Amino acid sequence: MSRPEDILPPDLFYNDNESRKYTTSSRIRNIQADMTHRALELLDLKSPSFILDIGCGSGLSGEILSQEEPEHGGPHTWVGMDVSPSMLDVALQREVEGDLFLADIGQGVPFRPGSFDAAISISAIQWLCNAETSDVSPEGRLKRFFEGLYASLRRGGRAVCQFYPKNDIQRSMISQAAIKAGFGAGMLEDDPGTKNAKLYLVLTVGGGGLQGDITGVVNGMDDVSVLDARRKAAEINKGRAPRKGDRAWIMKKKDQQEKKGKVVKLNSKYTGRKRRIVF
Amino acid sequence: MKVITANFVTCAVKECKTTATSFPLHFHDAELELQEVDFQPEFIRNVIPRIDWEGLRTTANELGFPSLPETKPEGDELTNEQTLKDLHRLLLETQVMEGKLVCGTCGHAYAIKEGIANFLLPSHLGKFRIEFRS
Repeated sequence: MSRPEDILPPDLFYNDNESRKYTTSSRIRNIQADMTHRALELLDLKSPSFILDIGCGSGLSGEILSQEEPEHGGPHTWVGMDVSPSMLDVALQREVEGDLFLADIGQGVPFRPGSFDAAISISAIQWLCNAETSDVSPEGRLKRFFEGLYASLRRGGRAVCQFYPKNDIQRSMISQAAIKAGFGAGMLEDDPGTKNAKLYLVLTVGGGGLQGDITGVVNGMDDVSVLDARRKAAEINKGRAPRKGDRAWIMKKKDQQEKKGKVVKLNSKYTGRKRRIVF
Repeated sequence: MKVITANFVTCAVKECKTTATSFPLHFHDAELELQEVDFQPEFIRNVIPRIDWEGLRTTANELGFPSLPETKPEGDELTNEQTLKDLHRLLLETQVMEGKLVCGTCGHAYAIKEGIANFLLPSHLGKFRIEFRS
């Protein structure tokens, strides 16, 4: 499948025609709605909140924020940012309730510290991995975005960003940038291994709310299994190649020499031990 | 753009964010419109602690609203329905449709058209500012 990210920058790709097609396609609308509901579930908001919608486009996701039922903590008030004027034009015609900004998220998030209860982003932040001019880099854009986002969320706030990484490099580039900005980060994958896999980057801003770590976000959710990559990374560290000079290393070297047909001293319990000073 | 949003938005230029005069941004030639929004006392109560009252007073003044009380309503005042309704009207129902937002530090003017503020920065501002001294 061709990726729009590879064709043109977002403000040019989503021209009037593409924006209209995107917004009227019932397939896209359904997918977007499902993902927005999932993101809301992860945000776990208890009362009407002030939300930032990053890459709001024509307001498909924002609409759902405004329509959230009171028993689920809604309806929320939202502010949307997008870089495509045509998309925002469609949003205007659809008379969405949120406030709209024409802004490039790679240039930062222009809000006061602690402004928002939560942030949501549906299929947008993979665009940050493209740099359209030679004076910006994807790393720099990601850094500015996540630092701005981190500052603009209140303590204990959460952000859920659904995105389509091109490959594992992009995936780790985005999550590493978020962690560097100070977020507690976790990934949730729906339908893993299929063509319809959906990746959600769940970010938390420390302080209050969440007990324990990021895996607490999915507590009480059905059909979610937690794979802790941190533990796996720690295990890999533990079982890594022996350090030069220790017993395991000496045994390995002796083995190698023996296989080459060299004369090697016999192994004993004294092999690889230090010679202590006697007195 | 709603007045509540204007109370949170700052200048997008990185160097300005740290200066005191970059907030609030000042409205110029603002055209207002009233758009009915469902009244949500809970949301107002949730968001009031985060509102910068001084900034809101400045904004209200610039938009030609009767001056607000000196101090932010707190505690019992937030149970008064009339206070909440007034705040709701100002924060959520008042929309700036056309005009400009001007930063007090760098003087950059962000245009507002049909309620949408243009916060795209020219590329030399979006990154680092390079100054040449003569």
